[in-house]
Amino acid sequence: MNLTLKVWRQQDNKSAGKFVTYQVQGVTPDMSFLEMLDLLNENLQAQGEAPVAFEHDCREGICGMCGFLINGVAHGGHRGTTVCQLSMRFFKDGDSLTLEPWRAKAFPVLRDLAVDRSAFDRIIQAGGFITAPTGVAPEARAILVPKEDADRAMDAAACIGCGACVAACPNAAAMLFTAAKITHLNSLPQGQPQRYQRTSDMVAAMSGELFGSCTNHGECEAVCPKKIPIEFIGRMNRDLIHATLHRRGG
Amino acid sequence: MLESNIPSGPIEEKWERARFEMKLVNPANRRKHTVIIVGSGLAGASAAASLGQQGYNVHCFCFQDSPRRAHSIAAQGGINAAKNYRNDGDSIHRLFYDTVKGGDFRSREANVFRLAQISVNIIDQCVAQGVPFAREYGGLLDTRSFGGVQVSRTFYARGQTGQQLLLGAYQALEEQVATGSVKMHTRSEMLDIVVVNGRARGVVTRDLLTGAIESFAADVVVLATGGYGNVFYLSTNAKGCNTTAIWRAHRRGAFFGNPCFTQIHPTCIPVSNENQSKLTLMSESLRNDGRVWVPKKKGDTRPPAQIPEAERDYYLERRYPSFGNLVPRDVASRAAKEVCDAGLGVGPGGQGVYLDFADAIRRMGESVVREKYGNLFDMYEEITGENAYKVPMRIYPAVHYTMGGLWVDYRLMSTIPGLFVAGEANFSDHGANRLGASALMQGLADGYFILPYTIPNYIASNPLEKVDTSQPEFAAVKEEVNKRIARLIGIQGKRTVDSFHKELGKLVWENCGMARSADGLRTNLEKIPMLREEFWNNLRIIGTGAELNQSLEKAGRVADFLELAELMCLDALEREESCGGHFRVESQTPDGEALRDDDRFSFVSAWEWKGEGDQWELHREPLTFEHVHLAQRSYK
Repeated sequence: MNLTLKVWRQQDNKSAGKFVTYQVQGVTPDMSFLEMLDLLNENLQAQGEAPVAFEHDCREGICGMCGFLINGVAHGGHRGTTVCQLSMRFFKDGDSLTLEPWRAKAFPVLRDLAVDRSAFDRIIQAGGFITAPTGVAPEARAILVPKEDADRAMDAAACIGCGACVAACPNAAAMLFTAAKITHLNSLPQGQPQRYQRTSDMVAAMSGELFGSCTNHGECEAVCPKKIPIEFIGRMNRDLIHATLHRRGG
Repeated sequence: MLESNIPSGPIEEKWERARFEMKLVNPANRRKHTVIIVGSGLAGASAAASLGQQGYNVHCFCFQDSPRRAHSIAAQGGINAAKNYRNDGDSIHRLFYDTVKGGDFRSREANVFRLAQISVNIIDQCVAQGVPFAREYGGLLDTRSFGGVQVSRTFYARGQTGQQLLLGAYQALEEQVATGSVKMHTRSEMLDIVVVNGRARGVVTRDLLTGAIESFAADVVVLATGGYGNVFYLSTNAKGCNTTAIWRAHRRGAFFGNPCFTQIHPTCIPVSNENQSKLTLMSESLRNDGRVWVPKKKGDTRPPAQIPEAERDYYLERRYPSFGNLVPRDVASRAAKEVCDAGLGVGPGGQGVYLDFADAIRRMGESVVREKYGNLFDMYEEITGENAYKVPMRIYPAVHYTMGGLWVDYRLMSTIPGLFVAGEANFSDHGANRLGASALMQGLADGYFILPYTIPNYIASNPLEKVDTSQPEFAAVKEEVNKRIARLIGIQGKRTVDSFHKELGKLVWENCGMARSADGLRTNLEKIPMLREEFWNNLRIIGTGAELNQSLEKAGRVADFLELAELMCLDALEREESCGGHFRVESQTPDGEALRDDDRFSFVSAWEWKGEGDQWELHREPLTFEHVHLAQRSYK
């Protein structure tokens, strides 16, 4: 099949960007979306043009490195799929696709479709951990975790940190990302001692970056490649309220 | 010349004895010592976090945008530990035995025993960090079985165990970043190491956003940069995985151990198109419940459901009745290749075998199968468009892991003093074949529990004069790195870097893949240098070195693969025996199993770089087996 791509091209974070239109021919349904872009890049280089920069690594949907908007939808709009796993069989001959980077103040564009997501690391630094220095930890079986808590922790921990939630949110909020880590750690017995400090510190770090706030659009859940539910934002807010009241009450 | 530094005494006491004999660094003095850690996967992140906690001044580098992206994240199935929670006969000694046997007797007994001992601490440590391992209804940790063993000792977090263990280490690392003990350098690629007075004292890196070439000085350099499976172009590795860090260190004097020992994983989604850029693994855990088969008749194109039981060959169960579908990876891969070579393969091109869950679904119900493997079935459907609850999966072997790597002693130090190597980047524990769920175990053992002892010991035992990056040794390496980049950009030929990488990958896959012959290897030893020659004369890179330039990044990595590939073939040619993943067609039993030659090859190959254009020199570290009886490996 043949496709028309309108791709955001931007030299670096200081330059202005623009859309450039390319034709890609000979795309087959068994290719992945990124393999289609590989093909475009091989052609561009053959013509002496700079290839389109896009981030990717594992190409199996787990490293969280890839991601851009396809026709305005983060990761292309196939539920539970990152762009690296998106198959070309979902597209048809003659399709016209617009590709652009995550759009959020907190994620400055670095080049073409690549953005800077280091704000996520800084949110984790603020409290996204359980302090357990390497050493003689308690025997693993001494800590019992009810299966439903373990399952919820795992549902939340599945977040790959790709940033689609931020890109999809009209407010560019990082609430789903932050809530996922808080829900993971706060659901486990090991996470209880730091529970409320963690929650308020991570929320403060999130607000300190240029992310917006949640106004319940639910776009984040819709595009999340790991199907992380918006319910976790509610859990985070509940813990935040507790943390705030607790602090005020002394 | 090769001193493995294995402590004396009974094997059970070696590590304890070594730990006691190791020198310590006073807590107040630790922050005066700088440790550079390259790589932020399980080994790198866990080492950086642990050394940061102890108070060292740690600099950690990764080429990705965040340490959380490292390819450890993609490990699916699990992590082994000799906890014996199941009361099914497991023990440290059995994990040790299984690993030495699984590695086809080409690993060091002392290292493997230590690994088995540490395995139990790893699970405790990870649970304390909040890694959400799978639990039973009573709240206890769940385990499952993996290939090559008959106990259930694999701990897991759905099909995302690597992700969860890595995030645990990453979070511990970020906590140290917040305290200031670790400085994280993301989007920084190490392009060379700096040796001063015979010791590793720093690295030269390229900032991947600006192209700036920078140097950093330290007392110790750790490489935890993963394996080199991408030399095959198509593999289950992430696209960025590369050999550059260890290869550059090799060229500076670090011996390369067993380069030909590569693992071909039996359960991957088959290649479907010419533009394919990577292969996707289906976790080995699937072989717990899936049954592998092909039609008995050649050219049987009926849909699988219409092929009656009597006309199916469950070849693993037939050939290996005691281990069945859970034979080790090398055995399962070779068996798949054999049936496909015999014309019995299924799917387009006949390069595939069925992995069938129909029996498991009948026995346990679809919901239980979904609970155990749901995300893997989803992944399979995303890629192939097929529903594996209804039709069997099609799988084929693919390059997955490299047991070879930089040679290290018992303390994980390479032949360059002060250069330590951890995780997949070293050659140490898996011999000629790694068992499933052992990579995560080794990466974390190295990072959490071995380097935090051996690095302080090195610092405390050696006079480390002050160095800084203004010294001429640093400037000289920077100059070399700059020249090499300028040379790559200056070629201005006609071919893209990917086209060279694909061509190299095909050569290595065909002649140094699942089956290797002297003729094929000699062919490669002629063709690879020719391809390298063409690469350096006909490569075309668009753009400059002073910007984000992904083609330039790839070019540097492919240039190193083009050298490594030659050494792999040389090593494979030299080793005239079959062992584990290294199958020389000239050396097999009458029924087609790998035939070792212990009299001639019971050693670790450690190759020394002798300079551009000169032949490598082979050093041999003899392997002795006192606790596991050397025997023909049998899974029948």
